[in-house]
Amino acid sequence: MPVRFAATAAVDPAGQFPRPQARKLDRTAQFALLAAREAWSDAGFTARAGEDDSVRPERVGSVIASGIGGVTTLLDQYDILKASGARRVSPHTVPMLMPNSPSANVSLEFGARAGSHTPVSACASGAEAVGYAAEMIRTGRADVVLAGGTEACVHPLPIAAFANMMALSKNNDDIERASRPYDSGRNGFVLGEGAGVVILESAEHAARRGARVYCELLGQGLSADAHHIAQPEPHGEGIAAAIQNLLDATDLKPEQVVHLNAHATSTPQGDIAEIKSLRRVLGDDVDHIAISATKSMTGHLLGGAGGIETVATVLALHHRKAPPTINIEELDPQVDADIVRDTPRDLPSGTIAAINNSFGFGGHNVTLALRTL
Amino acid sequence: MAATRKEIIAGLADIVNEIAGIPQDEVTEEKSFTDDLDVDSLSMVEVVVAAEERFGVKIPDDDVKGLKTVGDAVGYIESHQS
Repeated sequence: MPVRFAATAAVDPAGQFPRPQARKLDRTAQFALLAAREAWSDAGFTARAGEDDSVRPERVGSVIASGIGGVTTLLDQYDILKASGARRVSPHTVPMLMPNSPSANVSLEFGARAGSHTPVSACASGAEAVGYAAEMIRTGRADVVLAGGTEACVHPLPIAAFANMMALSKNNDDIERASRPYDSGRNGFVLGEGAGVVILESAEHAARRGARVYCELLGQGLSADAHHIAQPEPHGEGIAAAIQNLLDATDLKPEQVVHLNAHATSTPQGDIAEIKSLRRVLGDDVDHIAISATKSMTGHLLGGAGGIETVATVLALHHRKAPPTINIEELDPQVDADIVRDTPRDLPSGTIAAINNSFGFGGHNVTLALRTL
Repeated sequence: MAATRKEIIAGLADIVNEIAGIPQDEVTEEKSFTDDLDVDSLSMVEVVVAAEERFGVKIPDDDVKGLKTVGDAVGYIESHQS
């Protein structure tokens, strides 16, 4: 194997479920359910929708994305088919491997009946889910939405495939420092796994139940590169268009933006294209934005990235502390922006805003704006 | 050598425990797989495949529909085992 490492989760999620349930859930759904449970209880909900009077099931949505879906289930069952025959293939295979399975299982567990959706846009999927959830609330379809992304594809086949695209770092002998966004020596991303889920809620509904509110999601900006199926557009024009659409669609003021959770995966081209796009659309306002590439610490969760990075961005605003970008030994001189390096950095007081970027193979660009209340 | 009725129930109890997490002593002849033992239609396929292997019987898909209770399955296996 050209790449012999990945950023695997510290805990096996299967052990967090009764065995009969775990064996019917792909690892993507296991991660999603665990993240959703944490978010649901953190938001002050103590029961499944409809089991108390906090929210009606018809007003709860589930939007959980995945970039790839239950690929390890598919591959494991193919191994069983070859070794033991068709009769031994699990009847749970399809409900486990379908990419909408995490969202469906979250809907089942929390009684979410307003709709269950699964945007698929590679590494932008999780952010697209958060944006879609906001639209569900804005258009009146739901009061509360569990939203985020999940991924679990640490398996030799996806690793070989990503490696052959030359997308992965091959630093097999220095794995802790392999994910190094903005460093001159960066040479690809480190595959991660896991899920990040947030609870989006209409302001009225949150006020009515006295919920603790971290921040406001102002909206999203979307675009597509229409450039190449896997290569980023080198000048960041598509990314700049997404951010411009974000500015046009919301009342976000560039001077309020003090933090940005970058997509920055640690690839030579992608990291720079994003920085160029920021300069192109935000001009001098880039200079007061503390930019963090949290994939330096988590690896790249693909469809889960937008989920955990939304969590990171929300908490950065809430605690007024931008997370660090680790592993930069020599900053790439093309990075014409203020990167938060090595240690967290305090963010200013007053009303502050942040941007969370996610981009995916296929040219999908998703950017979200969040602001303190 | 054919399994006795008692052995078949014990074997099914192990299988249902593995698949649905129901304690073995609750898997008794009058219990419905779907209504009492948390075995849905998909998990029933797993129960059937496991039972086929354990007792050396073939249970065609068309016959699975007739196996509502543990007793139904015990009777089927008893009369079809070689």
